[in-house]
Amino acid sequence: MEKTWNNKAWFMVLPVLVLVAFSAVIPLMTVVNYSVQDTFGNNQFFWAGTDWYVEVLSSDRFWDALTRNLIFSAIILAIEIPLGIIIALNMPKKGLGVPVCLVLMALPLLIPWNVVGTIWQVFGRVDIGLLGRTLEAMGINYNYVQNPVAAWVTLIVMDVWHWTSLVVLLCYAGLVSIPDAYYQAAKIDGASRWSVFRYIQLPKMKRVLLIAFLLRFMDSFMIYTEPFVVTGGGPGNSTTFLSIDLVKTAIGQFDLGPAAALSIIYFLIILLLSWIFYTVMTTSDAQG
Amino acid sequence: MARINLNHIRHAYGAKPKSENDYALKEVHHEWNDGGAYALLGPSGCGKTTLLNIISGLINPSEGQILFDGKDVTNLSTQERNIAQVFQFPVIYDTMTVYDNLAFPLRNRHVPEAEVDRRVKETIEMIGLGGWAKKTARGLTADQKQKISLGRGLVRNDVSAILFDEPLTVIDPEMKWVLRSQIKRLHKQFGFTMVYVTHDQTEALTFADKVVVMYDGQIVQIGTPAELFERPRHTFVGYFIGSPGMNVLPVKLDGNTATVGGEHVALNFQPTVKPGAKTELGIRPEFVSLGREGMPVAITKVEDIGRHKIVRARFADQPISIIVDEDGEIPAEPRVRFDPKAINIYADSWRVGEEA
Repeated sequence: MEKTWNNKAWFMVLPVLVLVAFSAVIPLMTVVNYSVQDTFGNNQFFWAGTDWYVEVLSSDRFWDALTRNLIFSAIILAIEIPLGIIIALNMPKKGLGVPVCLVLMALPLLIPWNVVGTIWQVFGRVDIGLLGRTLEAMGINYNYVQNPVAAWVTLIVMDVWHWTSLVVLLCYAGLVSIPDAYYQAAKIDGASRWSVFRYIQLPKMKRVLLIAFLLRFMDSFMIYTEPFVVTGGGPGNSTTFLSIDLVKTAIGQFDLGPAAALSIIYFLIILLLSWIFYTVMTTSDAQG
Repeated sequence: MARINLNHIRHAYGAKPKSENDYALKEVHHEWNDGGAYALLGPSGCGKTTLLNIISGLINPSEGQILFDGKDVTNLSTQERNIAQVFQFPVIYDTMTVYDNLAFPLRNRHVPEAEVDRRVKETIEMIGLGGWAKKTARGLTADQKQKISLGRGLVRNDVSAILFDEPLTVIDPEMKWVLRSQIKRLHKQFGFTMVYVTHDQTEALTFADKVVVMYDGQIVQIGTPAELFERPRHTFVGYFIGSPGMNVLPVKLDGNTATVGGEHVALNFQPTVKPGAKTELGIRPEFVSLGREGMPVAITKVEDIGRHKIVRARFADQPISIIVDEDGEIPAEPRVRFDPKAINIYADSWRVGEEA
């Protein structure tokens, strides 16, 4: 096909460019601006260069929070992706069960994040919460306010409860797009249940799984609201993720420079990791 | 390879069929020969895919039995019946190579790897994909994918039958011929029992030794292409097969004379028909001759399709098609004659035999 060059075409993309500029580029640049300067109030700024970056990157606080983030994301991905696949495989394909299951699955996704946090915060309380009281009555030492392990378990269970549905719905969409003939052919070829999964269902789910994986990674890596509501980053610093640390730095301590530098680093980490995952998964797709 | 017996099979998709009309497949009772090539031909929704799925075991018939070589397989699964099936849309395992696709059914059956290798290599040559063995199946064209589907059946050399469910639907027209003749050649060479579902008469007539014509959930005729052409048992077969289909004219019968409007057609036999039955005369356009003698017709349209001309006309106020040679003349005052040997008489749509 012959391509027509017409510079007026740029006007077509102008509205989007303006929107992106205001919503992303300009705010990002102001953050960049803060991250290389220092201020003592009075709107007086002094050039600080890479000082804040060096300070952030050489602090234990940053590396500890980053490690917590990575561990948290790894755990919830390791639970939510397989669990989502298993649930999707077992969902009904036709009949009344389909809408019922879909609505039940979608419910957690419809709840605002801070409400999810509050629900679990109350649910897990040892004095009035159903879960907390029950566990206590069973003789299990559970108190997310004092026990770091309990706090982590609470956050992980909450995230699994909140977000596995997303993986389920995406996988389910991939599964229902497989024509019946594939299953019939597999039956005729004598394929086992595992082979059907490995050679028919998994390949068909691959694309949606990639999306599910990336979404869950990015979201969990940026988790803020739920731990803020449930644990507030505690006990101690045991659930202080990068996002919580960032807010503490920026608003709690009003250290705008280090907070801006941290933001940029945080942003680049997510961008880099997402790009790596995407590249690895799509190239294995092309070779496979 | 197996002989297939369909023993009083009926099938309804609903749980409790109340009347005959609730059956998607009305009673079928036939024996199909070992090594035969059968085509199930009929319009969409006539029950041909239902019948095919009953043979393959994907559907359990509501009533009746199905026997392979005299052994009752009605309650056996597809796998236990040992059949192969090629679907309308090519089914391939697209993460595997062509080689692994073909090896898949054998490996699932725990065939030793040396044997797998021998048979896969043989099959790859049979379906003409030699040299493609190491390619990933995903990137192939539709006809190559369909060959792989077929190959996965052929590779199991002990299959009872190979079933085809409109396998050429998504294949490009010029590849249809190639693929069809390849299937036909494989049939001749290896003697597989093949059942081929299609709604395309050319496909059915060129592929099959016996064509099974289905209409409204029942088999209306099983016959060779010549039988279907010359002696359609049902007016539907007359319409459906042939291009254009058979002319069917409502007639009054009196001894060995059939009367259409004011015209009398002499028959070379005397049909006996139940009183009150709807009687019709069927004659194929190929056996109507146009000339200066005979019964008058009014020509409405002439379609020249290259090899010959199709003349559309009205005869005794009924539409009629006539096939005229490419260089045959069309007279100014046209008249027609029917070849008496080619006339079929129908009572309530079913053919009345000469012997009756």
